[in-house]
Amino acid sequence: MSNTSLTSAIPKLLKAVPRSRNFEAVLLFWVSGILAFALAQVQLAVLQKMQWSLLFYWALPTLGALLIHFVLRKRAVSADGLILPLAFLLNSLGIAMIYRLDLAEAARGGTALFADRQVWLSLIAMAIAALVIWLVPNHLVLRRFPYLAGIGALVLLILPALPVIGRTRNGATLWIGIGDFTFQPGEIAKILLAIFFAGYLVSRKDSLSEIGSRVLWMRVPRAKDLGPVLVVWFATVGVLVLQRDLGTSILYFGLFLVMIYTATGRAFYVGVGVTMMLTGALVASRLFDYVSRRFDSWLDPLSQDNYNAAGGSYQLAQALFGMANGDVIGAGLGGGFPQLIPLAESDFILAALGEELGLAGIFAVLAAFLLLIYRGLRIANSHSDDFSKLLTTGLAFVLGLQVFVVAGGVMGLLPLTGLTTPFLAAGGSSLLANWALVALLLVISDSSTRRAA
Amino acid sequence: MNRQVRRVGLALVVMFLALFLMASSIQVLRADSLYSDSRNVRASYETYKTQRGPILVGGVPVVESLPYNDAYRFIRNYESVIYSPVIGYFSLFSGSNGLERAMNSYLSGQSSAQFFEQINALLDGKPVIGAAVELTLDPDIQRAAWDAMGNRKGAVVAIEPKTGRILAMVSKPTFDANLLAGHLYEPVNDAYRVYDEDDDQPLINKAIAGDLYHPGSVFKLVVTAAALESGQFTTATRFRNLKTYTLPGTTTEIRNSGGSSCGRGETVTLETALIKSCNIPFAMLANELGDDRIRAMAELMGFGADLSIPLKVTPSYYPEDPDVAQTALTGFGQFDVRVSPLQMAMVSAAIANQGVMMQPQLVEMVVAANLNVLQDPEPKVLSVPISRLSAGYLTRMMVDSVEVGVAGRAGISGYAVAGKTGTAQNGPTDPYTLWFTGFAPAEAPEVAVAVVVEDGGGIGQNGTGNQIAAPIARAVMKAVLDK
Repeated sequence: MSNTSLTSAIPKLLKAVPRSRNFEAVLLFWVSGILAFALAQVQLAVLQKMQWSLLFYWALPTLGALLIHFVLRKRAVSADGLILPLAFLLNSLGIAMIYRLDLAEAARGGTALFADRQVWLSLIAMAIAALVIWLVPNHLVLRRFPYLAGIGALVLLILPALPVIGRTRNGATLWIGIGDFTFQPGEIAKILLAIFFAGYLVSRKDSLSEIGSRVLWMRVPRAKDLGPVLVVWFATVGVLVLQRDLGTSILYFGLFLVMIYTATGRAFYVGVGVTMMLTGALVASRLFDYVSRRFDSWLDPLSQDNYNAAGGSYQLAQALFGMANGDVIGAGLGGGFPQLIPLAESDFILAALGEELGLAGIFAVLAAFLLLIYRGLRIANSHSDDFSKLLTTGLAFVLGLQVFVVAGGVMGLLPLTGLTTPFLAAGGSSLLANWALVALLLVISDSSTRRAA
Repeated sequence: MNRQVRRVGLALVVMFLALFLMASSIQVLRADSLYSDSRNVRASYETYKTQRGPILVGGVPVVESLPYNDAYRFIRNYESVIYSPVIGYFSLFSGSNGLERAMNSYLSGQSSAQFFEQINALLDGKPVIGAAVELTLDPDIQRAAWDAMGNRKGAVVAIEPKTGRILAMVSKPTFDANLLAGHLYEPVNDAYRVYDEDDDQPLINKAIAGDLYHPGSVFKLVVTAAALESGQFTTATRFRNLKTYTLPGTTTEIRNSGGSSCGRGETVTLETALIKSCNIPFAMLANELGDDRIRAMAELMGFGADLSIPLKVTPSYYPEDPDVAQTALTGFGQFDVRVSPLQMAMVSAAIANQGVMMQPQLVEMVVAANLNVLQDPEPKVLSVPISRLSAGYLTRMMVDSVEVGVAGRAGISGYAVAGKTGTAQNGPTDPYTLWFTGFAPAEAPEVAVAVVVEDGGGIGQNGTGNQIAAPIARAVMKAVLDK
């Protein structure tokens, strides 16, 4: 039975990760070192010399991570010890790559620079995460305002579709803007939606799971209980129409399905939901030009027609070329040509990392995400109250789904969408939302151990 | 609820597994085909990231990559157009050609011989510097050949018979590779279009490629070699000496050049026929030999075979299945025989080297940036088409051609020069193709040459090989002998 002992040893090993803040401090030191080395390699490879500006790109994110670390020491001393280092690692890799792309942009005389902003935004996002941990010592307060969270999410989702402040980029209306300042409210909405679903489903899970008639092997809920599923489906299809983005609707609908499944244990919802989603996507691909173009580009990114078409597969093909250039071990930071991929600093940062860090780098980044998600699900598993379980599962899953949809889009596994890569991509709203999500996970993990202890 | 949470976790693991597989597929399985996609400009950028190695002639770079203040960091600088046909060009927008293409893996530092350098480069983060390619060309002889050709169209090849080292290779008109090596698309593309659409095909090295040439009388060397090697013929074998000859099975009459018989007498020896370059005896000889034996000798001398020097040489051609009349025409290098100047130089070199044909070679040595010798080609025997005895007979007849025959203008006082002229017809009114091939000194050959001048050297059907091509060959041979 060596087989079972091996498979059971891995979870045991992972369970053994200490929750001590000292362990976290060691990991943070390590990640901070990785950031310093990455920045140094970028400077040496592109500029052939090191510059003092390295300190700026290194110190600010490190400062932010330390800030969260010390707040945890004060307010959530037994929070999970891996989550913060993992999020910091991903944020750092993003900064190093964005800085590298900036140097390439500056070398060809361009002015579209992102690294300075990204560093400041990272610090702000981490400070806000620290603030969340400080102000929300017990996440159960969130359970009191599910409908407030739901309405808040709805408002945020509708904002970009409003005139004047709504902004459209690459065909997707996901931004609001006031002057030069733009924001992607959908990122925050995913957290509010998770809070809403968790609160709503905890009170309804019995009626959703137990009442109803049996058809074949599945138990079909009453029409009344099915209502909310339909409402959310219509809402997400509405988002698809209004914001012209498949990714956002997949993200919200997927979040809802997984949370209702977790609450009820009924695969029926997932089956019906996925069918509805696929049908919706297929219909949309017939009805809307922008969706059908994305589908064509996805199915054959290298065909000359799609490659040349406006809004076609040029970007995706460049991403594939870049990743192919990276091969297994990568061209090395500063050694490839990620600047050839349009939007390499945001939507396509995974392809840029794939080119310079190779398959090994992509695996490492995906593994870091998976480990982060795994820690989230472990917290869900160890918590005794249903609200915490649901909320944590929702947060962990929405993070995983977003990575899957974005990475799948960049690699041609799924049609391209307008979602951002959590922690890696340039952009304030994404950083803010994902650091807030991490803050929530940390708070919940802290309360789970306190209760167990 | 924990069961559901575990299942959600499982679903996420499956989703990430799909991502892992997709990434592996792109970066491992499909990596090569994606990388070599013509729309992927990374490969051409990549070549500019390293300092491409120089090509040297006589130890001096004739092309090198100089530091340049733009994204490509280096620009290719070509010293002189006289090497253009050999070196070719290396362009961001128009591809590459010549040795720039044939030796690309060494010049760009990507050859398998530079594996350890590449590993080192990976470790210390500095790109591999391309290897230097030293050529066998001699700058003085190349210059002499270039100058002697003047404004005429055509090609010159000079080979060292003992080793096969190519001492000079000229093709005219040619191009300025600097115009194609620029980093701006518009001017490079314009220059390329002008060259590409030029009827004289300046981008093609006519010494080894292009449409090749009718050899005319220089092909008589091959036919004579076939005759001597057959054992049925000697230099003293006699043929009927006619003023006109009707090709078997036709009403077509052929004449010797000049229209007279081949000297006096009822009969003429093979020796006299070659020295005076008479067509009628060679038509008869070709028919007596048959096309198979001529073709066999031609193939022994390299016709029809791929050759890499390491430029790719277009194989010379002897017709597949000529009838009797056509075979007679091939006897003096007409009908559909087509040869490259390099091929004719190889024939002369084989005769000069006592029947042993050496593999022609342009690369003297390839040296990596760390001074490791990556390639140092040894002289190599390509074939032994004729015996030492036959080579001796051919040499004597070629020397007589220059001293008392129709190739007099190749003579250099104080030396015995062996040679054979050719004046090939291309059509009833088209200008002749003028040839000379030979070697010197006859007793201890240092150089074998072939010269071809297109368009009758500019004087239509009035020029002869002796008048126009022989003096060019003389200048090249003299440059070697004067060294």
